[in-house]
Amino acid sequence: MNNSRAWILVAVIVLVTAALRFLPFLIFGGNRKVPRIIDKLGRVLPAAIMGMLVVFCLKDVTVGSYSGWVPAFVGCVAVGVSYVWKRNTLISILLGTLAYMLLVQLVF
Amino acid sequence: MATLPVMTGYLVLGFGFGIILKSSGYGIFLAFCMSLLIYAGSMQYVAIGLLTGGASVLTTALTTLMVNARHLFYGISMLGKYKKIGKSKPYLIFALTDETYSLVCRDHPKIPEEEVGRYCFFVSLFDHAYWVLGSVAGAVVGSLVTFNSEGIDFVLTALFLTVFLEQWLTTKKHTPALIGVGVSVVCLLIFGKDSFLIPAMLLIALLLCLYREEPNHE
Repeated sequence: MNNSRAWILVAVIVLVTAALRFLPFLIFGGNRKVPRIIDKLGRVLPAAIMGMLVVFCLKDVTVGSYSGWVPAFVGCVAVGVSYVWKRNTLISILLGTLAYMLLVQLVF
Repeated sequence: MATLPVMTGYLVLGFGFGIILKSSGYGIFLAFCMSLLIYAGSMQYVAIGLLTGGASVLTTALTTLMVNARHLFYGISMLGKYKKIGKSKPYLIFALTDETYSLVCRDHPKIPEEEVGRYCFFVSLFDHAYWVLGSVAGAVVGSLVTFNSEGIDFVLTALFLTVFLEQWLTTKKHTPALIGVGVSVVCLLIFGKDSFLIPAMLLIALLLCLYREEPNHE
């Protein structure tokens, strides 16, 4: 993609992100009460979106050949096991990425 | 001092972002601008995919909307605290990332009330600086050293997976998380990997609006 197009997309992301951050303060800046459905979405949406993003990241996985799924599977297991064990985001990310990179570069 | 845990995280994740952006063929200046102006970690990683994949403006806007929708709710929960914060309020709102939110949303019993604004301001500013610094450093290193970075994009998968697990482990109600995963997988199978994101987002939002929260027995 050429560079001017990249800048346009970045501008869109900047605007939407800032709008999302400012909107609550603009709408509920007075003493207006937060509606219950918004309140509920605030509690349940984050978990669902994270689930969706994990699936989004794994969308290129295929089951036809070992190289299509083994690296991602091993990477995810490394992240999962280390995270449940240590609860340290950084350690898990490094371990999982390292395992994945080694597998795609050296084994498959 | 409170920002130390965020510092390591932001420097490393920012660094990873810089390296990947650079290896996708974009410049250091773009890395700097994205980290300074977007300043939303996971969205910036997703953005690399959008840039290299040639996404449309509409897809980009909708994806940003969904990935960053949680910021609406951070804002809602900070309404009270940021009410009387003074001149730095616009910056504080702009810089309210996941990690900064996790620091400023707590109670601060040791800080006198009139100092809370200053405290939140410096937490936000330091976090922002770590993030920009990390990404520029990553982009610079990425342009100086050439190494086989194949597979480094797994950083993003791993990041989302840890957030997902953290949410899973800290709640007893897993229905929303299962809706997110289930709907996405089904949409992926039906619509294919290039166009499943938007139907998945809409369906998730719809189902969650209809979803009744189980009473909390904790």
